[in-house]
Amino acid sequence: MRSDRFPVTRLSAIVGTKSSDQEERTRAFEALIAAYWMPVYKYVRIKWNKPGEDARDLTQGFFAEAMEKDFFGRYDPAKAKFRTFLRTCLDGFVANENKAAGRIKRGGGATIMSLDFDGAEEQLRVASPPVDGSIEDYFEKEFARSVFSLALESFRANMLNAGKEIHLELFERYILDNEDGSTKASYKVLAAEFGISTSDVTNYLALSRREFRRVVLDKLRELTASDDEFRREARALLGVTPP
Amino acid sequence: MRWLSDSAVERLREDADLPDLDNSKYALIRKLGSGGMGTVYLAQDAELGRKVAVKVMNVTDPSGALASRMMREAQIIALLEHPSIVPIHDVGTLSDGRVFYAMKLVHGRRLDESVDSASLSDLLRIFQKICEAVAFTHSHGVIHRDLKPENIMVGSFGEVLVMDWGVAKVLSSRRPESDPALLENGDISLEEIEFADTLPLFGTPQGETSGGTVIGTPAYMPPEQAMGRTEQLDERSDVYALGAILYFLLTGRPPSDTSGSSTEPSELHIGQPARPRQIRSKIPKAIEAVCLKAMSERQADRYRGAEEMATDVLNFLDGSPVSAYRENLVEIAGRWASKNRFLILLILTYLLMRVLVLFFLRR
Repeated sequence: MRSDRFPVTRLSAIVGTKSSDQEERTRAFEALIAAYWMPVYKYVRIKWNKPGEDARDLTQGFFAEAMEKDFFGRYDPAKAKFRTFLRTCLDGFVANENKAAGRIKRGGGATIMSLDFDGAEEQLRVASPPVDGSIEDYFEKEFARSVFSLALESFRANMLNAGKEIHLELFERYILDNEDGSTKASYKVLAAEFGISTSDVTNYLALSRREFRRVVLDKLRELTASDDEFRREARALLGVTPP
Repeated sequence: MRWLSDSAVERLREDADLPDLDNSKYALIRKLGSGGMGTVYLAQDAELGRKVAVKVMNVTDPSGALASRMMREAQIIALLEHPSIVPIHDVGTLSDGRVFYAMKLVHGRRLDESVDSASLSDLLRIFQKICEAVAFTHSHGVIHRDLKPENIMVGSFGEVLVMDWGVAKVLSSRRPESDPALLENGDISLEEIEFADTLPLFGTPQGETSGGTVIGTPAYMPPEQAMGRTEQLDERSDVYALGAILYFLLTGRPPSDTSGSSTEPSELHIGQPARPRQIRSKIPKAIEAVCLKAMSERQADRYRGAEEMATDVLNFLDGSPVSAYRENLVEIAGRWASKNRFLILLILTYLLMRVLVLFFLRR
């Protein structure tokens, strides 16, 4: 059933990992894994120079152990941002796994969810990390990619659910159909393409932009532990402090 | 799930960052540039059919404090009617809580981008206009507090515009109570603006500092401002910044290398910058002296205001002595000769003619 209302804001998944409710804890871990598995996999591949197969095991193993040993429950937002904490945990985990190599299979062969590692490898092949940038910057960039990719997926679902197919098509045509680096189509061109007026294009894009921004902020709220961290992240990612 | 390319992420980031001007009369066209406090966009005023620059603050304003300060800035600028001060047309709040204001769209280049292509005398003429604009605001009791080349626009006809009055301050001790010309400019006067308040100098209205740094630009900031002694700021603080701008125009670089970006204001003024002539030996001593006088550590050693500094710059351009530099006899003679080249040429020609006439008469 369609609804013209958009979903309400989610609570912090980091806080959710400490919940006494098992279902809530699982949901929280799934949200964190969805946002972080790709940056974690690429980080392990590049910083630890691991082959694809090992990096897969280590990525799965890291999240499995994080759930089992409640790594994320120990996070204190007053001390560092969550990504810094997560990378520290990950470095510790990989170092321990290196020491333990030979005793057990890396990551214990854990498989906690289906992750598109082939897609990640393809991305690494197409866009290799810059040699002059730091691994921390690379991780940040991958996190941003992850947030925007997840936000776009939610945005699509919300728009379709709200019956706003034209808004969605217009937004994707305007923003994403320029992968080759060509300039954006003008509102006039879009109006002719979609058979609507230029002012409709302005209005549809404004609504889509507003909804997309809301979804990104919603995603960020889910991936941060405190209001302060959320505001810092929003400022870093979108350049604005949210209301 | 579709993973996005770098360019797609950047496009989405840019688009999500665009302000929602839906409930205003402005239609967004594109981003023009951004600074520490806000981002400027090109927009179309739908009612008047003209293009304007819309500056949107980077922070939200739940308490309304920023909106009221912005309104005060607009009021201050509205009263400072001067060809070198960009008028603000409108102030409002966006649906996401950010404050914006619309101002005249300025065509031109930033001063820091104009240095390479101009001669010293052209740059000094531009600089003199900056001094005159600042002197005008000083005469109305307003100091800018963030003067720097990036805040100066130079039009294609040499017109100069002083931008970004976001951290300006109305000096309570300089109330223009008896200035009827000022009061004629509108329904409100500077007296009606809360004198105790100033626009934010340190941090945002919520008390957050921008990345833990002092707002303002360290390289152009006078010591008293860098040390956070806001009560000491007066016209001479702007004079220091003008001196730093002159330093930039003369040498092509800011007075101090602040690339380290210390977050401690007290560390922003350690050490003196190199003298301009140490960087470019051809800089005339007199104009170097003007620059260094304006940039004196002690406020008492600087020019008392921008007007006094403008006079010295004008004197230098006219080949007259400047108050900041005591010349020796050779320099006085050299300057006199340089200023009176035509007269000297005339006298020499006359003398030559006399010699020739005498020579031929004797034959």
